[in-house]
Amino acid sequence: MGDKMEEEYEGGVVKKFMFVNRKAPYGTVYALEVLEMVLISAAFDQDVHVAFLDDGVYQIKKGQDTKDLGHKNFSPTYRALEGYDIEKLFVERESLEERGLSEADLLVDVEVVSRADMAKLMGEMDVVMTA
Amino acid sequence: MAYETNGKTVEADEEGFLVNINDWNEDLAGLIAKDEGIDMSPEHWEVVNFLREYYAEYQIAPAVRVLTKAIAKKMGPEKGNNKYLYELFPYGPGKQACKIAGLPKPTGCV
Repeated sequence: MGDKMEEEYEGGVVKKFMFVNRKAPYGTVYALEVLEMVLISAAFDQDVHVAFLDDGVYQIKKGQDTKDLGHKNFSPTYRALEGYDIEKLFVERESLEERGLSEADLLVDVEVVSRADMAKLMGEMDVVMTA
Repeated sequence: MAYETNGKTVEADEEGFLVNINDWNEDLAGLIAKDEGIDMSPEHWEVVNFLREYYAEYQIAPAVRVLTKAIAKKMGPEKGNNKYLYELFPYGPGKQACKIAGLPKPTGCV
């Protein structure tokens, strides 16, 4: 790596990233793919946010059992995010309420925010990726 | 590729990571380690066992940075540092120790 590139890397720009999860954990590959992307993003020292809304809130619901689905239960991996220094997890209150869920049903510590505040938060991001 | 142990053939990918984590046992770990040029000591086992516990809890193989930090937290900074871990696993504690532990290649590891 040249000196110039190294300098740019060292003083690299930190952007606000948000990964938005809107889909149920199983049935499609989106949830798992986003989770892997989030884990990889941790290596780049960026300001990473993860949001769960709509059916995406089911991704972090406690007590997932995938035996009959023939699919690996990857929900314990969300609890590893803390060790990756990814601690900015947001859940939309309305999405929880519409599904009869509350913060106590979730397997990680999150910040529950209103739909209006979630929209505001997204507006503050440099990059928003939705799946 | 595949490993032969106790008259059984165990399937692995082209880099030597087990295809099925349930195939793992300590004899097989010793065999994989030998292929990697590693003579398993109690210190090696400590890291391998830690990785297996980590996987059981979180269902992923941790990135090396995360592994180092987690080991520091559990076993102290004299073990949770790059120098110590790379001396045990010269080709990378993430990659080599995960392989010996029967885990998949760490996510984000190239």
